Amino acid sequence: MVQSVIATDHLTKSFGAFTAVNAITFSVQTGEIFGFLGANGAGKTTALKMLTGLITPTSGTATVAGFDVWKQPEQVKRRIGYMSQKFSLYEDLTVRENIRLYGGIYGLKMSEIKAKTTDLLQKLELESEANKLVGALPLGWKQKLAFSVALLHEPKIVFLDEPTSGVDPLARRQFWELIYEAAASGVTLMVTTHYMDEAEYCDRVSIMVDGKIEALDTPRALKVTFQAENMDEVFRKLARNQL
Amino acid sequence: MFEIQVHNLSKSYGPVHAVQDITFDVQAGEVFGLIGPDGAGKTTLFRMLTSLVLPDTGSATVASLDVVRDYKQLRQIIGYMPGRFSLYQDLSVEENLGFFANVFGVRIRENYDLIRDIYVQLEPFKDRRAGALSGGMKQKLALCCALIHRPRVLFLDEPGTGVDPVSRKEFWDMLRRLREAGITILVSTPNMDEAELCDRIGLMQQGQIMAIDTPKGITAGFRHPLFAVRSDEMYRLIQDLRGLEGAASCHAFGEYAHLSLHTSAATPDRQVGAIHEFLVSMNHRNIEVRPVVATVEDCFIELIAQHT
Repeated sequence: MVQSVIATDHLTKSFGAFTAVNAITFSVQTGEIFGFLGANGAGKTTALKMLTGLITPTSGTATVAGFDVWKQPEQVKRRIGYMSQKFSLYEDLTVRENIRLYGGIYGLKMSEIKAKTTDLLQKLELESEANKLVGALPLGWKQKLAFSVALLHEPKIVFLDEPTSGVDPLARRQFWELIYEAAASGVTLMVTTHYMDEAEYCDRVSIMVDGKIEALDTPRALKVTFQAENMDEVFRKLARNQL
Repeated sequence: MFEIQVHNLSKSYGPVHAVQDITFDVQAGEVFGLIGPDGAGKTTLFRMLTSLVLPDTGSATVASLDVVRDYKQLRQIIGYMPGRFSLYQDLSVEENLGFFANVFGVRIRENYDLIRDIYVQLEPFKDRRAGALSGGMKQKLALCCALIHRPRVLFLDEPGTGVDPVSRKEFWDMLRRLREAGITILVSTPNMDEAELCDRIGLMQQGQIMAIDTPKGITAGFRHPLFAVRSDEMYRLIQDLRGLEGAASCHAFGEYAHLSLHTSAATPDRQVGAIHEFLVSMNHRNIEVRPVVATVEDCFIELIAQHT
């Protein structure tokens, strides 16, 4: 049987009279690359905050890595990784210091942090940059490093919130190869993006409109359902219907 | 006639060469796109051309006004929409527009024709605080405020950032209408797919312009035979294709991988056949191979690879 690593049932969040996330029900399988799409204000960020245990739902349930986001948020946090362009690494710490800081936060032993630092620097070919401030690295490198740091404590799930926005097209592709590699090793990835070509790289994609999931399927099936040439067209057709 | 002229312009911040010796011209009535990732130097270049930052070396004119010497006149005739939302969040939509009209000493009525198409979409929210608008609506308001004094030259720094694909498309439709009104537009974006919407583009990376041409001219310069390929296992496909004899590079492009080959005497048909055969031997299934024309993004990737 395929295992759900994320499962929600009518998950809802309201702020006063405004329902940001309106009874969404979906599940994500282990090792899946799940694209979580939607226009600005559709409710993606609020949904991600509930799944990562940062805010509590108004109603409905969600389990992440087998734990209830409402009752066991601390258990959830220990088993997930998170990376976004807005918040990732400390710019005024060195590469090595950032790895050590995050390793420490996630409760890794000093010996583990040491071993992982060596592996990670070698894999990213950052050995010569290890003692440089993160702020001095090109954006593409920062993103790759941030992703690797989010994987440091071997989480079951990593949430990637627009991980590649603003990155050059070559670095963007190199980043996706890291995502594929993580998925192949059994990590589940939930990714938001504004690049519709990246939606094509996902195993399955959900599209949120006005707090609801309006479509959820493989990119190929979505294109058939919406009679669209590509994901950009699928997205535009769905968002357009709501105006 | 050149509306913007830039000669050997450079700007460094300590050890960081934000803009390195850039030279280019923009013709009157042109939509010129600066395409490049974050950190390429686009914003620094915009700030120099709008007289907000002084160049270290080199010179530039906008509508024949020197960006250093004539900065006071320059500021009267340009519109500038910075990348970060820069209106007053606590003022309403209507108050923001009124404020910018006042600063430039114009009445909204005089130039309303220029912004009408955009402003009608904002009208239902005219009493709402700017800070409470959606991303797409903020962007439209910022554009109205940048246009209210009927500038000759419009500078738009990453107008598409933080805006969803639907709003982005509408925004480009608006730009084309502004060009018809005779306004010269310099626009920057990290999105390669927006390049095709410009009359000419400059591809920027690490403070330099790697290439300048029309989008068609840029893509015509791609030197390798290029193929779109797919199978049921895309990640493995890309890895495998890189090992194909004669492969120059292989990258993911949406639902396909783009494979470029070193030039050879073989016809495209024979090359398609050879790629297909290779993939069958690697046990790929549902294989599709066809020759394709390079996009601006293919060219950008190739240029980065050459420069590093």
